[in-house]
Amino acid sequence: MNGRFTRLAETDRPTVNIIVDGQPVQAMVGDTLMVAMLSSGASLRSAEFGPEKRAGFCLMGACQDCWVWTADGGRLRACSTPVENGQQISTSQPEVTWPNHG
Amino acid sequence: MAEPRVIIVGAGPAGVRAAEVLVASGVRPVVIDEGRRDGGQIYRRQPEGFTRGYDSLYGTEADRALSLHETFDGLKDKIDYRPDTLVWNISQGRVWTNANGRVDDLEYDALLLCTGATDRVMPVKGWQYAGVFSLGASQVALKSQAVSIGRRVVFMGSGPLLYLVASQYVKAGANVVAVLDTAPFFARIKALPKLLAEPGVLWNGIMLTRMLQKSGVRLMTGVKPREILGDPETGVSSLQFEAGGKIHEIACDAVAMGHHLRPETQLADLARCAFRFDSVTRQWLPVVDADGRSSVDGVYLAGDGARILGARSAEASGQLAAMTLLSDMGVAASDRWALRQAVANYARFATGLAEAFPWPHEQIADLADDVVLCRCEGVTVGEMRRVDASEANRAKAFNRVGMGRCQGRYCGLAGAEVLAAARDLPIEAIGRLRGQAPVKPISVGVAEDEA
Ligand SMILES: Cc1cc2nc3c(=O)[nH]c(=O)nc-3n(C[C@H](O)[C@H](O)[C@H](O)COP(=O)(O)OP(=O)(O)OC[C@H]3O[C@@H](n4cnc5c(N)ncnc54)[C@H](O)[C@@H]3O)c2cc1C
Ligand code: FES
Repeated sequence: MNGRFTRLAETDRPTVNIIVDGQPVQAMVGDTLMVAMLSSGASLRSAEFGPEKRAGFCLMGACQDCWVWTADGGRLRACSTPVENGQQISTSQPEVTWPNHG
Repeated sequence: MAEPRVIIVGAGPAGVRAAEVLVASGVRPVVIDEGRRDGGQIYRRQPEGFTRGYDSLYGTEADRALSLHETFDGLKDKIDYRPDTLVWNISQGRVWTNANGRVDDLEYDALLLCTGATDRVMPVKGWQYAGVFSLGASQVALKSQAVSIGRRVVFMGSGPLLYLVASQYVKAGANVVAVLDTAPFFARIKALPKLLAEPGVLWNGIMLTRMLQKSGVRLMTGVKPREILGDPETGVSSLQFEAGGKIHEIACDAVAMGHHLRPETQLADLARCAFRFDSVTRQWLPVVDADGRSSVDGVYLAGDGARILGARSAEASGQLAAMTLLSDMGVAASDRWALRQAVANYARFATGLAEAFPWPHEQIADLADDVVLCRCEGVTVGEMRRVDASEANRAKAFNRVGMGRCQGRYCGLAGAEVLAAARDLPIEAIGRLRGQAPVKPISVGVAEDEA
């Protein structure tokens, strides 16, 4: 399938480019990461406790179903994170160990 | 007396109107909101650079939205506004915040919680598939991002928001294939006397339904959902339900589901406010008096975070609670009679709505064992029935329902219904999931540093 989300208005914004799992994805300034990813793809990540792909649920920062990761292992909530040009996103948690703080 | 330190959590209609009242009496409150912009849920502002007008974003409520936004813009240099900041704990007379990993704690003399609501949802077989969203989510997608959640969208659940969001989708040019209401039509007729408490709002609702009918959207009442069918890889493909004694199936790639709302009460819980069981909505609500006081001295509650009474009531109850706070602190006395009356009238209307669009608890009690109850960790209805416990927090310790990513926001109420029916207990006997800090997951390191 193409994108899960369809754009209904506000389509003359400047574009930005991000990389999702190594693939280029075009988005628009003002998009959340979630809208950027679901306007060209069907899902955000794999479920940890089931076979299915996930695409978020609440869009208001309450369910945490929309977590994706930056290249260095940082966790982002896709529904409330604005897209940034050149962002590198991974849909699965990279094998990075968290630095011990302190 | 030194100027009182007042903290407001939430910059929706309740929080903004409360801040306005405080500023008018010379108090400079701290206003904290997790969102990047003010407005809260209904008056959510689109990102900078978007150009849709107020009419297209807020419809019949455009004037109220504009007034609220202008009020807040005018207050910004008279308050200590902290956007993009989560309140993740309240303890020892302090509010604990996290702004992009930066932790802070603030002492207060008075705290006003205006934390709003999230969707109340009923589990349906297959609701874990990609493409199933909460009803509120479908509205956020449209309002703040100008997208539709799919190419063929079904709205399923009950409550006024179901029809409102469906009509907003139609107006914005999205393809709405059906609006499926679990409530029987006669419930609306029975609730009419109470709904007449707010004739204007009732009229708006009737006009919405007519608009949907005219647009050719399939509207059905008395629906019993059976299954959202789909594929683990590509997500939702259709929806099966019963209505009028027949089984129906509708092809779709998105489902927006919601049964009205539930208040966000975790912070009130952490502030040790007492709760009471509300039999009309079958929810536990923080105890709040007619003036907005909680059971704890110095802690006040307003808006949908205290009780779901809607946006207009949120403005009134925010003003009311702020006036009460000022008078309790000896700063300024005012006549609160009219606001009290207004909130009481909204409460009558809200009872009518709860009766017209009831939470289908019998349907939830009837769900099959293999239906996923907790979307976060894939715990099923059957696992809840078999748990060796009859109380919500004990059940959670065994089966983790309420412990996953959403911390019980989307499974807690349905889980309690399943357990109550399985044990043949009244729903209030199951108790409520206690709020825990952090109220939302925060970046690694923060919680540990501060523990
Ligand atoms: C998604 C959604 C859509 C809605 N749409 C409509 C609609 O179209 N029409 C309608 O009449 N009603 C709608 N409602 C009902 C709506 O809740 C009320 O009408 C109104 O917004 C309530 O105002 P409020 O000030 O009580 O809360 P809200 O407007 O919800 O504001 C609460 C604010 O508190 C903030 N907050 C909460 N917890 C924290 C925390 N821990 N830390 C920091 N900040 C926090 C939130 O970010 C939010 O901005 C909607 C509700 C939801 C959930
Ligand atoms: S979709 Fe629920 S937190 Fe992002």
